[in-house]
Amino acid sequence: MKGVDHARRQILAWGAAMAGVAIAPGITLFDLAHGRPPSEPASRTKRWGMLVDVNRCSADCNACVVACDRENGLPTAKTATSAQWIRKVELKDIRGATKSLPMMCQHCAEPPCVDVCPTGASFKRADGIVLVDRHTCIGCRYCMMACPYKARSFVHEPVSDQKPDVPRGKGCVESCTLCVHRIDRDQLPACVEACAASGHHAILFGDLNDPGSEISKRIAAVATRQVRADLKLDTGVRYQGI
Amino acid sequence: MSRARSPAGSVCRRWVVLVALLAVAVPAQADAPSGARASRVPQPTVAATAAGSCVEDTAFMRRNHMELIRHQRDLTVHEGIRTTRHSLANCVNCHADPKTGRVTGSKDAFCEGCHSYAAVKLDCFECHADRAQAATATGSAR
Repeated sequence: MKGVDHARRQILAWGAAMAGVAIAPGITLFDLAHGRPPSEPASRTKRWGMLVDVNRCSADCNACVVACDRENGLPTAKTATSAQWIRKVELKDIRGATKSLPMMCQHCAEPPCVDVCPTGASFKRADGIVLVDRHTCIGCRYCMMACPYKARSFVHEPVSDQKPDVPRGKGCVESCTLCVHRIDRDQLPACVEACAASGHHAILFGDLNDPGSEISKRIAAVATRQVRADLKLDTGVRYQGI
Repeated sequence: MSRARSPAGSVCRRWVVLVALLAVAVPAQADAPSGARASRVPQPTVAATAAGSCVEDTAFMRRNHMELIRHQRDLTVHEGIRTTRHSLANCVNCHADPKTGRVTGSKDAFCEGCHSYAAVKLDCFECHADRAQAATATGSAR
């Protein structure tokens, strides 16, 4: 009996050790508690960002889009005017090679949408997430015109059955929130989780300000690009392999 | 003409009117249901079965709930503070109608019942979820 107990303990110990090992870059089964308590405001010391490895992104996969729609309660049956926070884009280079990548709000450090907003509804949170305060948004859509990434959508129709964490309604502009409600709970954005679950592991999420974070190390090690870097918006979403 | 009448007669008339008014008012008071404040206008009915007490005193909440929610909304949207004590989701989770699970949609629903009674426009739920969903909050009130 004694031997059996020892073996069980050994297996349990291995299980615990394995759970701590990274199952993918930036993703571990559990993490040491590092999140802020709900009573604490978002910190300027962090800057949340994402790195998309385009070589790992598959043209026939839209798991990130589906996950985004589900997480944020967006309509799944798309019409010409329905809101879209993340979309798959096909890139074709001059030799005819195509690449597929997800495009969403790039969470710029110098966001043009914030510059043009007449009411202050479009704003950048301390930790770099660009958001719309729907309480102040008047639906003028200046931000949609200012955004070079076409990341924002206007809600044209009345909305019902919203998610409690993601209030949204007719007459406001909205875009990717980087799943701010999940980040505040120390969870990954829905698209990142879905991409990993689909086996592609193309999106890496992390703190761009922390030189020790997985995303900062990758950006330091490999060639990454910002889309429309010429605009000097210093985007929080970076791409590798384009 | 009344101007020609003596002052003593006028005072007597006033007393008669006062006594008559009291005679009508006192039985009406006595008829009021026990527990409810005596009122000559119908009160709103709300189907609220929240166990325990609200996050603040009831009288305070009746007058000031909108200030608490508005303050919390700015903290949450702009700073990411997600305490649940004064959050709208916390209100909805406790005060939803046990039958429908909602705080709007009928005259008996907690929010809509009172707001339609007071003729105050209620536009929170054009964007916010009006259904109780206990699992969405980050946990107990912190």
